[in-house]
Amino acid sequence: MSIELNARIPAGPLAAKWDKHRFEMKLVNPANKRKYTIIVVGSGLAGGAAAATLSELGYNVRCYCYQDSPRRAHSIAAQGGINAAKNYQNDGDSIQRLFYDTIKGGDFRAREANVYRLAQISVNIIDQCVAQGVPFAREYGGLLANRSFGGAQVSRTFYARGQTGQQLLLGAYQALEKEIAKGGVTMFPRAEMLDLIVVNGRARGIVVRDELTGRIEPHLADAVVLATGGYGNVFYLSTNAKGCNATAIWRAHKRGAAFANPCYTQIHPTCIPVAGEHQSKLTLMSESLRNDGRVWVPKRKEDVGKNPTDIPEQDRDYYLERKYPSFGNLSPRDIASRAAKEACDEGRGVGPGGRGVYLDFADAIKRLGEDRIRERYGNLFEMYERITAENPYKVPMRIYPAVHYTMGGLWVDYNLMSTIPGLHVAGEANFSDHGANRLGASALMQGLADGYFVLPNTIGDYLASTRLESVSADAPDVKAAVADVEKRTRTLLGINGKRTVASLHRELGRIMWEYCGMARDAGGLKKALELIPQLREEFWRDVRIPGAGTELNQTLEHAGRVADFLELGELMCRDALHREESCGGHFRTEHQTPDGEALRDDEHFAYVAAWEWQGEGKPQQLNKEPLVYENIKLSQRSYK
Amino acid sequence: MNLTLQVWRQPGPEADGGLKEYQASDISPDMSFLEMLDVVNERLIEAGDLPIAFDHDCREGICGSCGMMINGVAHGPSKATATCQLHMRSFRDGDTIVIEPWRARAFPVIRDLVVNRGALDRIIAAGGFISAPTGSAQDANAIPVSKQDSDAAMDAAACIGCGACVAACPNGSASLFTGAKISHLGLLPQGQPERFRRALNMVTQMDLENFGHCTLFGECQEACPKQISIDVISRMNRDFLRAAVTAPSDRAASGGDG
Amino acid sequence: MWALTLYRSTIGKKMIMAVTGLVLVVFVIGHMAGNLQQFLGPGRMNAYAAFLKSTGELLWIARLGLLAATVLHVLMAYQLTQIKRAARPIDYTRREPQVSTLASRTMRWGGVLLLVFIVFHILHFTTGTVFPVASRPDAQYPAFSHTDVYGNVVSAFRNPWVVLFYVVAMLFLLLHLFHGAWSSVRTLGLSKPSPDPLHRRVSTVIAVVVWLGFTAIPVAVFFGVIR
Repeated sequence: MSIELNARIPAGPLAAKWDKHRFEMKLVNPANKRKYTIIVVGSGLAGGAAAATLSELGYNVRCYCYQDSPRRAHSIAAQGGINAAKNYQNDGDSIQRLFYDTIKGGDFRAREANVYRLAQISVNIIDQCVAQGVPFAREYGGLLANRSFGGAQVSRTFYARGQTGQQLLLGAYQALEKEIAKGGVTMFPRAEMLDLIVVNGRARGIVVRDELTGRIEPHLADAVVLATGGYGNVFYLSTNAKGCNATAIWRAHKRGAAFANPCYTQIHPTCIPVAGEHQSKLTLMSESLRNDGRVWVPKRKEDVGKNPTDIPEQDRDYYLERKYPSFGNLSPRDIASRAAKEACDEGRGVGPGGRGVYLDFADAIKRLGEDRIRERYGNLFEMYERITAENPYKVPMRIYPAVHYTMGGLWVDYNLMSTIPGLHVAGEANFSDHGANRLGASALMQGLADGYFVLPNTIGDYLASTRLESVSADAPDVKAAVADVEKRTRTLLGINGKRTVASLHRELGRIMWEYCGMARDAGGLKKALELIPQLREEFWRDVRIPGAGTELNQTLEHAGRVADFLELGELMCRDALHREESCGGHFRTEHQTPDGEALRDDEHFAYVAAWEWQGEGKPQQLNKEPLVYENIKLSQRSYK
Repeated sequence: MNLTLQVWRQPGPEADGGLKEYQASDISPDMSFLEMLDVVNERLIEAGDLPIAFDHDCREGICGSCGMMINGVAHGPSKATATCQLHMRSFRDGDTIVIEPWRARAFPVIRDLVVNRGALDRIIAAGGFISAPTGSAQDANAIPVSKQDSDAAMDAAACIGCGACVAACPNGSASLFTGAKISHLGLLPQGQPERFRRALNMVTQMDLENFGHCTLFGECQEACPKQISIDVISRMNRDFLRAAVTAPSDRAASGGDG
Repeated sequence: MWALTLYRSTIGKKMIMAVTGLVLVVFVIGHMAGNLQQFLGPGRMNAYAAFLKSTGELLWIARLGLLAATVLHVLMAYQLTQIKRAARPIDYTRREPQVSTLASRTMRWGGVLLLVFIVFHILHFTTGTVFPVASRPDAQYPAFSHTDVYGNVVSAFRNPWVVLFYVVAMLFLLLHLFHGAWSSVRTLGLSKPSPDPLHRRVSTVIAVVVWLGFTAIPVAVFFGVIR
């Protein structure tokens, strides 16, 4: 059995597709909108924006988040900024250029039509956010300020100090609260989706566990949106929040939604290095720091133990500036990360374990003064000092790459609908716009584009063109889904083994980072494919979850998420193994150019790998959606 | 480092709670406070006990999930630092650390150190927004905002909603939280049309949630991980006063809705 | 109605406290300035007292105004204390104040003490109902007199217990003003944004001047500077 991957890309010229599509989509009569119920899982930029907007349109919305408040979704932690092709700086930016930069940054593994729409909508996002009161940085004249970001040679990034994600999320959250007060949205905080309910082949609801009471109940609707973020926590250590998980998308995958490009993970080059075994998460230092910071390591191995300020200029290797003179320190993330790894692999890494490189602000401070630097990055510098007890105004920061974002996710068509009709996926949870590597400041753009502008249109089309029968909580499919979740929860609580959930999660993370991290090879991936099922077996045999299921039980919540990571990790390795090329965040050491750059194989791999669930214990089946480029020419990425 | 912890344990919202003592041995000074609790929890689980429940998520000081009273100080001894970014190097070997949940009638304890802060969401829902339905916006640069106003708005908007201001306030007041949102939106030109209505509704909701009043102790400002200034409270009071004196009655305000 | 909106909200109640408090601040400054005439001799002081009494209805309007301000101030304080108590039904085992001043933390009990003081002070100097004299009655001013204010002051402050009570009460007035004069202005939203909002200059001056002025008289009498 094989699914049909119809991307439903509208015909016609690229620039006119979205307009044309919006005209062709069916509309729901305003009076009928409130008769439809839409479930939105997740309250981040994509989910929060979608829930608020759908409610503004008149739909009945039910929104769910695992945190105690929708304002805490992990979008809040995005620091640097949001891209938009406003060309306020008159520096040659345009929708076409943002589109091209994004496709190229993604190493030519994203869909043209989706990315072009994203670039078009980017302009409206900034307008919308300003109207909501997002306090973007401004110039003295009162107009909006911009900064530059990796992978672009124009200044198109809008920002609110180092807290852009927070401010954008609060904008969406406030709109959401406004709709909650009006009664259009019913909010379910501390609620976790544990399964998808599919009736007659359509997504009709979710099974939810109330984290406070442990009650497991079905919630039914006419359409379901998953905006549950990425799965970077499969690596245990990542910049994701501790609660970020893949459970929603994974359970949807097991109900029939294809999972696309799971191996595309982004390793962010500027994170604070690991301090020890106890490390529970990694903290990102915004990429915007690379605007003024210079990345270097000592030229000679012997110098790595020296005080960095004692190493003279001629003994430093500013390797990004050396290797990529035109983009320098602003090279895209995948490239900067790999270059840092190479430097450390050569024994020139600094700090504990030799896993770090310097990000040095001495020149910028000399040029602009400490006050200007403080104004630009003050809160980031403070954060760095709090964590490391080192003052970055005096000594260079130490940074190292860390898992940050997952470009892969549930497969969606142009309407953001998965292979299960009625199941829509938005934001990081889908695979759609970033190809094999995401450019900085583009995640916020995509989340908000999906939530504010794409989904509210396309869901209407789905509802208007679909005849939905009524479903009751007694329907056999609903009861079966609830029973599955109850059984799984009972099983977890009943194992009563010896190992903690955290220790198993750490072990999975080590396997993933070692064999499916920044650089991958067939041997390592095959090894991982042996280790992960063993670990999974150990999990289900020996995990210990104290407490009951009928109360707040954080260990139980964590265990459910780790159980899903143990399946997803395997799929990631299989995907990485099958993709015999290097592209973006997926670097196979067997496939590189003579000077160590990613070597794509467009002839054989210019497709989206959409994996289809075949049942427990059976490997997923690979389906391919060919990527057709009608408007741009595929080329070897060069940032030299 | 070896530490003695006295942690508030409470099995459920209705159950009685009390301080319980735990030894935290072999703690690295480079650990964050929450990582120290992770270690303690893993050992509790291994020993067959129930781990200490506490809210946390991003662990980089921005989501506002974490928060506990550490030795009688909200978010512990480091200034401008949320609990998740507090590091053990702020303590000394042999210290005893008392850990309690946020305490306020508006923040009922759910379990151990986990409290319900839904009241803060309801204050926002009462008016902490600018009504700008998606699609209705004009060009972003059509409304210039002076850098000074924009910066001041951003200072107030930095609030992470952790509730430390309430926890630290001897009166259990949410004035800093509410004032921050009223100031953020009230300082911007986009926020003007709803400015006074917003102040009136948010303050009314704040009172309904059973928060205490503001005596300007200044403890909130000190506890705030984002160092939001009590200036926002003055601004809130000013807007509220003007709103109370000048606002038309609710019926007139909502007229036309049908 | 707007007054009701204010009265029902905690901010409105605080504003009532702030306004009445500021009225009382102005009063104590005037009262202190008047009292300092004690240093200028019996003629000046008694003439001033006689002048005040001669204003008739105006005096009563002022007295009623002050009474109303005090009653409202105390009533709001009482109501807000109830609200505050309800806002944290279970207290912390341990809580360490970080920046709150002694002044701000003693507003409540210091305020109660000041209320007791005011009642005593009126019974003492205005009505003469309670007028403890020193162990050896002064030959010159043997008892309370409705016309000789100067004499009453000298006589009263020969008693060390009375002096002690006044001096202690004025310390609480110092604290009350130090926090109250500053916080009233902030509560009413009349302060400008400040990089260090907890810093208070004007209220420090007011508190210290009023404290010095009021404390000087009993101390001067007790040590025989005024006789």
